[in-house]
Amino acid sequence: MATATREIVPDPTFHLVEGDDHDHETGGGTVLGFWIYLMSDALLFASIFATFGVLSTAYAGGPTPREIFELPLVALNTAILLVSSITFGFAMLAMEPGKVRQTQLWLGITAFLGACFVGVELYEFAALIHEGATPQRSGFLSGFFTLVATHGLHVTVGIIWILVMLVQLGQRGLHVENKRRLLCLGMFWHFLDVIWIGVFTFVYLLGMLR
Amino acid sequence: MSSSELDPELHAHGDTHGHGTYRSYLIGFLLSVVLTAIPFWLVMANPLGNPGVTAALVITFAVVQILVHTVCFLHVNTQAQGGWTLIAYIFTGVIVFITIAGSLWIMYHLNSNMMPGMETGQTSYSP
Repeated sequence: MATATREIVPDPTFHLVEGDDHDHETGGGTVLGFWIYLMSDALLFASIFATFGVLSTAYAGGPTPREIFELPLVALNTAILLVSSITFGFAMLAMEPGKVRQTQLWLGITAFLGACFVGVELYEFAALIHEGATPQRSGFLSGFFTLVATHGLHVTVGIIWILVMLVQLGQRGLHVENKRRLLCLGMFWHFLDVIWIGVFTFVYLLGMLR
Repeated sequence: MSSSELDPELHAHGDTHGHGTYRSYLIGFLLSVVLTAIPFWLVMANPLGNPGVTAALVITFAVVQILVHTVCFLHVNTQAQGGWTLIAYIFTGVIVFITIAGSLWIMYHLNSNMMPGMETGQTSYSP
């Protein structure tokens, strides 16, 4: 009886049968998959933003944003990240005609700018902790350090990825796989810039207005 | 009639779309500079003198800049990956909005319903 039932059931098809109209782009599936990862990362950041938003006025008698934030420093960091976005764009434009050296140069500049961003952020954190504005001080500061450091950690991972790609480009040039990897890396880098827009707006600028 | 005749720029960078053009990166960069500089100026120089209006403007600039980055740098459009990136993006946008706005809304009301002495760090009820 059981065998008879099994015979009737057709093979389950988990892929689209009419697969002719799939994307002709190189690594279309990978790029879409990576995009979905980025969207899930956006949800991670959404929950951290929500946490920070809820805790943003829980000063516990400690320092307020007005007392500890230095907007010129934040403006500098925003400018660094924005310029790194367009230098990565130039790397992508050099990648298309297969200019390996030029791609490496622009990637190197992007990694350097990313390192500057992380450096300025670490300097800011060190200054805050030196002033006694540590993550343990208040709910506001816990939320602040969690949100900004999570973004900074992403940028650090991005820098490591760029360095890995520089080595891969040096060894094997701009073949299809490396182009696909650079495409994903580019999405990651630009995505981090989008998150930073949320950070400097909701944490720093709106914090100064409170 | 080939597509290259219709749009020479499309032909110029081949069929590997999703990389953007020099023009799209430059437009995105210039727009971002303006959309970043204005909110920083609004907060640092405080020309309006009204925190509520300034906050609303700053948030508006942020939303516009996120859209500029999405189009010019992330190249999200109706064609890329058969429209799936756009659908995933819109879905994520809705969830992000519900998560953040919903949390703030609920927690604000919970705070309002708290007994005065229970809010840590609030000195309003201390004798």
